[in-house]
Amino acid sequence: MTVTAGSAAALALGDDALVLSHRLGEWAGNAPVLEEEVALANIALDLLGQARVLLSMAGDEDELAYLREERAFRNLQLVEQPNGDFAHTIARQLYFSTYQRLLYTELAAEDGEFAPLAAKAVKEVAYHQDHAEQWTLRLGDGTAESHERMRRAGEALWRFTGEMFQPVEGVNVNWEDLETSWLESVSAVLRRATLDVPEGPRSGAWAAGAGRQGLHTESFGRMLAEMQHLHRSHPGASW
Amino acid sequence: MATAAEHRTARAGADGTADEAARTAAYEAVFDAAVAADDRIEPRDWMPDAYRSTLVRQIAQHAHSEIIGMQPEANWITRAPSLRRKAILMAKVQDEAGHGLYLYSAAETLGTSRDELLDKLHTGRQKYSSIFNYPTLTWADVGAIGWLVDGAAITNQVPLCRCSYGPYARAMVRICKEESFHQRQGYELLLTLSRGTPEQHEMAQDAVNRWWWPSLMMFGPPDDESAHSAQSMAWKIKRHSNDELRQRFVDICVPQAESLGLTLPDPELKWNEERGHHDFGAIDWTEFREVLKGNGPCNEQRITQRRRAHDEGAWVREAAAAYAGKHAAGNGEARA
Repeated sequence: MTVTAGSAAALALGDDALVLSHRLGEWAGNAPVLEEEVALANIALDLLGQARVLLSMAGDEDELAYLREERAFRNLQLVEQPNGDFAHTIARQLYFSTYQRLLYTELAAEDGEFAPLAAKAVKEVAYHQDHAEQWTLRLGDGTAESHERMRRAGEALWRFTGEMFQPVEGVNVNWEDLETSWLESVSAVLRRATLDVPEGPRSGAWAAGAGRQGLHTESFGRMLAEMQHLHRSHPGASW
Repeated sequence: MATAAEHRTARAGADGTADEAARTAAYEAVFDAAVAADDRIEPRDWMPDAYRSTLVRQIAQHAHSEIIGMQPEANWITRAPSLRRKAILMAKVQDEAGHGLYLYSAAETLGTSRDELLDKLHTGRQKYSSIFNYPTLTWADVGAIGWLVDGAAITNQVPLCRCSYGPYARAMVRICKEESFHQRQGYELLLTLSRGTPEQHEMAQDAVNRWWWPSLMMFGPPDDESAHSAQSMAWKIKRHSNDELRQRFVDICVPQAESLGLTLPDPELKWNEERGHHDFGAIDWTEFREVLKGNGPCNEQRITQRRRAHDEGAWVREAAAAYAGKHAAGNGEARA
């Protein structure tokens, strides 16, 4: 499998969407309210649609999704984090969808190979970001318990946010500007939700950019084992 | 045919009657005439208490079935063997949540609430379809559910599009369109497996073997043992008997199984020229009753997961309510 700069970028963005979609799919039948069954599945489907387009730019979507080992995945560590409670899922959504909205807005505006996908996806991710923002407000500014859960979730995932701004080869955006805009946007939402902006580091000793290099956290291998098991059990079969 | 306007005019006439019993009798005559004329009963129309409670029970059970029915299929979302199939399955499970929402709304027009109905589900006072107490053991089960379970549901539900209660009939029109789509997808999934590798074909056959009889049980007990049937048919909530619908379903499935290249697990299944229908073997009604009593393979697991999702989500619902209280219309966004 040869990987050019363009397809490396498609893999990175495609893996983000694929892995987060999978995590959201784990919520099916477990959401706190029926409307959220619909909303979370809706977001998962949007992301899966994006993943399929992006992976197809890099090769065969199923080969790439089902036959790569953990070390060959290029997604951010943020998106592979387990769902945790609803607040963890929402914090992950807030951080990632804000990033995706800013990034895809840039990509849609330029002339590159990602422009057509980004132009379509930016409408979807605007909805994802709004959904995450609305829930961050409700949990942060809801009850004492929800405030505390949202605070903990926001802090626990903060360490994975730095890696989003490690430049991806083949994606031509100003990563520093993107990071500044992201910090402004997320901080504003957290403050409106009566939450403090976390003060901890935004990346650990090797977390920054690690997912992009195929260095993942421990739960990811287990997630892939479940995702790939059936496909791998029937080599060459069509589904 | 009596129009809704005539229905209301007649009811207004009845309002002029002084005596309580006479008034009820007059209301009942209007109601009976509307049902006889295939008029639709609407939420603000008078209806017999028993009609109302039968509908609440049936619509609630239908809604609960959509919600519990998400579980056996969601069981395979994280293991779907291709991205295309994964997208189809996610969309289907999402549709089921949506169907649950329509149906709870339809039930609410009868004066109950979603919270009340969910509470009855969680405490076992209302049921859901027996079929969802069977486990999904292989990927092919997703196809068998689409083809057989959704197929049986459609056979049951298409006549409900003409049900006498308007909100339920309209919900069924929307739901049946989506269900037909799911059923075709399930059929196509099984066809792909049936024509795939020998292992895939065997997987498809095994799934059909396990889902066939439970699907036939979805039509309910035989006509001579069906407690609610006669009244429901008189009220035009039901349009056909359990056994009629079951027969219709068998007749539809036999040629479909043939084109799938799969067999149905019933040695007594054969065409009866004289009746113009397929004869089929006896259903294991003992198993059916055990599943209804809570002793099916997954009853405990299904209701436990539903309760857990609800209980673990309580703090989220409380947060949303508290936030709404603090930011009541007009002062929320402005103050923030």
